[in-house]
Amino acid sequence: MLFALGAVLAVAMVIGVSVGTVNLPVSQVWAVVGRHLGLVAGTADPIDDQIIWTFRTPRVLLAAVVGAGLSVAGVCLQSLARNGLADPYVLGVSSGASLGAVLAVALGVPVLADLGVTGAAFAAASLTLLVVMVLAQQAGQLGSARLVLAGVAVSYLATAGTSFVQLYVNPLELRGIMFWLMGSLASSSWGDLGLPTAAIVLSGAWLLGRARSLNVLATGDDNASALGVPVNRFRLELVVVSSLLTASTVAVAGGIGFVGLMVPHAARFVVGPDHRRVLPVSVLGGAVFLVVVDILCRVADRPNELPVGVFTAAFGAPFFLVLLRRAGRGLG
Amino acid sequence: MKVEVDGVRVVIDHQPILDGVSLAVGPGEFHALIGPNGSGKSTLLRCLYRALRPATGVVKLGGDDVWADLSARSAARRRAIVAQEHVIDLAFTVRELVLLGRAPHKGMFERDGNQDLAVADDALEQVGMAWAADRVVTTLSGGERQRALLARALTQQAPILLLDEPTNHLDVRAQLELLELARSLKLTTLAALHDLDQAAAVCDGITVLSAGRVVASGHPDEVLTAELIEAVFGVRAVLGIHPLTGRRHVMTALPTDLSHRGPLGLAVPKETT
Repeated sequence: MLFALGAVLAVAMVIGVSVGTVNLPVSQVWAVVGRHLGLVAGTADPIDDQIIWTFRTPRVLLAAVVGAGLSVAGVCLQSLARNGLADPYVLGVSSGASLGAVLAVALGVPVLADLGVTGAAFAAASLTLLVVMVLAQQAGQLGSARLVLAGVAVSYLATAGTSFVQLYVNPLELRGIMFWLMGSLASSSWGDLGLPTAAIVLSGAWLLGRARSLNVLATGDDNASALGVPVNRFRLELVVVSSLLTASTVAVAGGIGFVGLMVPHAARFVVGPDHRRVLPVSVLGGAVFLVVVDILCRVADRPNELPVGVFTAAFGAPFFLVLLRRAGRGLG
Repeated sequence: MKVEVDGVRVVIDHQPILDGVSLAVGPGEFHALIGPNGSGKSTLLRCLYRALRPATGVVKLGGDDVWADLSARSAARRRAIVAQEHVIDLAFTVRELVLLGRAPHKGMFERDGNQDLAVADDALEQVGMAWAADRVVTTLSGGERQRALLARALTQQAPILLLDEPTNHLDVRAQLELLELARSLKLTTLAALHDLDQAAAVCDGITVLSAGRVVASGHPDEVLTAELIEAVFGVRAVLGIHPLTGRRHVMTALPTDLSHRGPLGLAVPKETT
């Protein structure tokens, strides 16, 4: 399963680099990428080089990293909230991150602007999740339904804030704000890759080490305490990990919805509920999904590019519904 | 391994749920915890399995304080629990669920080995659920799920077993079997039971809770009297020997005067059937 997904990811990434406004043959792609990695000698056409190495390669890599990050954040939040509806969007983390970024970019709000876009998005995402947790907890216990309700409410609030800012900026900056609302991979550069990659590698490893605890948590808080999982501390750690993942992806790709909700469920339908399998399958599945969606966005209406959010929904929803209908083992 | 509870007080929303509860369960003893609904049985067990930290008082497993001396994991290697909570979010198979009992014994990236599988399958065999190993938990009946959770507790291989009304949802045969099984394990067992007759028949020691306090504790022959049962539970009781098993037997009935309140101030239900 993992090998198959890995192979699909590799193929999708190669296609992702070769197609677009201008289609380039795979041999050309290899010539440029190989040369930059020091594997192939010779020179390449400078324009091809720029298209492939400066624009498309980081974009495809970023699509993979963001897809993986959002999916793992979804797994994390669904376990933490013990609710299959939880994802970075539903819990308000994505909207919060977007608002933080928009405030920094469009209005130049002092402290936020100093943090830079990524920093502002990260700070706002962590703050949002913390606020949601504080609002949802009662006498030290975190209710699952309350968490989702608080998340949805805070999410609406943050989205309203972002829309409000829209009215006060000049039309030139409006495009930038649409980016934060709908998500986009169009302006990816090599510099964007570092933070989300580090986040997914570190969080992924951390979570995989605690996959058994995630399984135990799904059998209820009391049972988890009985099996030696310190429930409250573990939840708090999951909050930190999921805000790290969400914030670092939203900061570079805006608010891409649906991936974090759908991919974990799709993974469970296919490999069952054990997190030792769900986590790696979600990482690869999320990466494949977003790379493919990004390709579709670029080729569907050439030379125009469609917002990535259009295709995550248009392509993802039917796929997900088919899985849902013939679901094997997903949620209880 | 022994269980010691000393002066435990739990307050939730300014209401004392447990108020200075002390009891001791000796190694290998089957100890029953009885009391009306809301008397604090589950709360006491939750303190023992580390789901609830008492405001004051000490809970010890094998001589070590559950909160001060033991980590969550090391406490989980000393005691297993069949809790009342049966919500399982994910569609695990019965075997996967039972294998979770190995969690406190396994390192972070360690896989479940053949030995873990053998322990899990043995436990399923013991509770009569081997046939259901590959069934999905969410498709089981309440009683089957209860037995699967007992198998998970056995898979923990802990010397202390805590049971919170383990016979809930079971049919009569399964109830008797489960209690016999729990007794035959010779583990240090503390079981909250609501059936007085069953508690009397199987226990070596018994503690009676009422409104968060221990009313009586000791050998069942001394603790279980008609007067005590009437005072705590508000029912008339006759104690005797079960004609089929030769064990202690408690028969109960509603009082003839339903306006009567027991000496502990407990209301007796007005309606009769």
